[in-house]
Amino acid sequence: MEAVRKWIQFFSTFLVNGFWGFPVTKNIYQGPLKVICSPGLNCYSCPAAIAYCPLGSLQQLLLGIRFSLETGSLYVGTYVVGSMGLIGAVLGRFVCGWICPFGLFQELLHKIPSAKWRIPKVLNYGKYVFLALFVVVFPLMLVDDFGFGAPWFCKYVCPAGTLEAGIPMLILQPELKSTIGWLYWNKIVILLLFVMWSVVSSRPFCRTTCPLGAFYSFFNRHRLVRLKLNEEKCTKCGACHKVCPMEINFNETPYSPECISCMRCMTRACTYGAISLEVAGYSMLDDALPVRQKNV
Amino acid sequence: MKKKFKPRKAPFILIGLFLLLFLFGIAVEEPLRVLEQAKAICLSCIGIG
Repeated sequence: MEAVRKWIQFFSTFLVNGFWGFPVTKNIYQGPLKVICSPGLNCYSCPAAIAYCPLGSLQQLLLGIRFSLETGSLYVGTYVVGSMGLIGAVLGRFVCGWICPFGLFQELLHKIPSAKWRIPKVLNYGKYVFLALFVVVFPLMLVDDFGFGAPWFCKYVCPAGTLEAGIPMLILQPELKSTIGWLYWNKIVILLLFVMWSVVSSRPFCRTTCPLGAFYSFFNRHRLVRLKLNEEKCTKCGACHKVCPMEINFNETPYSPECISCMRCMTRACTYGAISLEVAGYSMLDDALPVRQKNV
Repeated sequence: MKKKFKPRKAPFILIGLFLLLFLFGIAVEEPLRVLEQAKAICLSCIGIG
């Protein structure tokens, strides 16, 4: 199952970054597919990106909301939030575990041999602060003389934007080098910090900073597809605790907002069939896995 | 004996709610604005400029 998940992660990364004409055009994709929401964190200024980033779009709509309303347009983010909500209501944080390109990037970094550290649980709340302040409140409230805000999260924080768009655009358009300043170096430092942190800790950006993960986490209990614990079969052996990349005790908090549904607990740890995949109340895959058949 | 399958309602309520938001966005032509923004490179967003 882990190999299948890796293949899906790579496939979805190439799917949302499917424009390979950029070395010729020296520019980003500008076709009609960019009206489709990228489920995971994927900067839409990445030269290969063919879908829009929901966080980037939402900030852009919110920062210009006064102008939109004054001109009689109702561009208040309903299409973007609707798209994000539909994805969240069906998959929740499955997206983080199976689709997000930046999640894959962190997982690959974590494979580098090194000492491994746990992340203090209190830092998990950080992503909600970034969602509330950097994605919604600051772009909406902190405006210039013309009534426009700034895309705070993209501009000052997002390491995915630096990796997928900032660095590649400087390579494609070297004349931009003359315009880089402290903003660029600030984002390079943030990217480097997350790269180093990802080597020693599992998915630090997803757990402490990602506003998209924070948004999807609201759906984890009531999403259509989720992991389910069968308490009658659970022996509380704690095997699921040891394999979780998000450091969740699955048998204690099966609908934890941190769960990215990577299914390691189900396929690599639980030998009692206590964890299953559930779609709208219907359990599946609970007795179908070879690891269990071997151990029963 | 097999347990009776009881579908959960909450996901469908959420899907319906966000589908309405999504359709409202389409009705006010927000996708055009999103597309317009997505076609342009926001240099300051990626730390350049």
